[in-house]
Amino acid sequence: MIAWGYPATLAAALFLLGLIGLLARRGLVFVLMSIEIMLNATGLLFITAGMRWANPDGQVMLIFVLNLAGAELALGLILLLRLRARNKTLDGDSAILLRDSP
Amino acid sequence: MNAVFCIAGAVALVTTALAITRANAVHALLYFVVSLIAMAVIFFTLGAPFAAALEVIVYAGAIVVLFLFVVMMLSLDRAAATRETSWMAKPVWILPLLLAAGLGFVLAHAFLSGAGGVTSVQTVTPQAVGLRLFTVDLGAVELASMLLLAGLIGAFHLGRKP
Repeated sequence: MIAWGYPATLAAALFLLGLIGLLARRGLVFVLMSIEIMLNATGLLFITAGMRWANPDGQVMLIFVLNLAGAELALGLILLLRLRARNKTLDGDSAILLRDSP
Repeated sequence: MNAVFCIAGAVALVTTALAITRANAVHALLYFVVSLIAMAVIFFTLGAPFAAALEVIVYAGAIVVLFLFVVMMLSLDRAAATRETSWMAKPVWILPLLLAAGLGFVLAHAFLSGAGGVTSVQTVTPQAVGLRLFTVDLGAVELASMLLLAGLIGAFHLGRKP
């Protein structure tokens, strides 16, 4: 029997790593990958809860998380391609046209 | 503590940390896919074999391949062939390979040594998941299909030539 605290801690650590990547990296490929890491950590937490109470709901929620990740990634990658076609870079900080001019 | 869970968890942490710190997107994806496979092994030890299979098929299969498509599309302009060979010329794939081999070894050892398989927890079978998914959560399945349709239409709209 695995105590459920260990996988829950692992999920928290992975989520933290994804958050660090999201905040520290500016390349949009890495930003999207960090979001995927965070969604994946959430899925691990759902599976952990499903194990804790021996309930299929955890895996059902993982299926919905996968669904969300797929839809989000398709749109995110298309936006990345459009940004690169427009600005010739993958730097997320280059999309500042909505910012007030100084 | 389950040794399989410990090793897979350590591999997942190490590969995720390496994935978010690489400068090269292809190298990062290489570590990311090993991290996802480690996550599938963890799901297996937590008594969720269906989720483990989905993790490999959807995440390590579809989503990482989508990432790779885009990364390869991005590098078509410059001397792409020489760059791609230079990406993999250095023995950069050895560490991911070793980590993945470690995962495979742990899993094979756990299966071959018998002792009731790798799961010591109560397994939630795919039948139970499907039964719950298509009876109680049927409305959520419909919502998920609408989300996918919205993603499809959005990607098609944004991907057109302006």
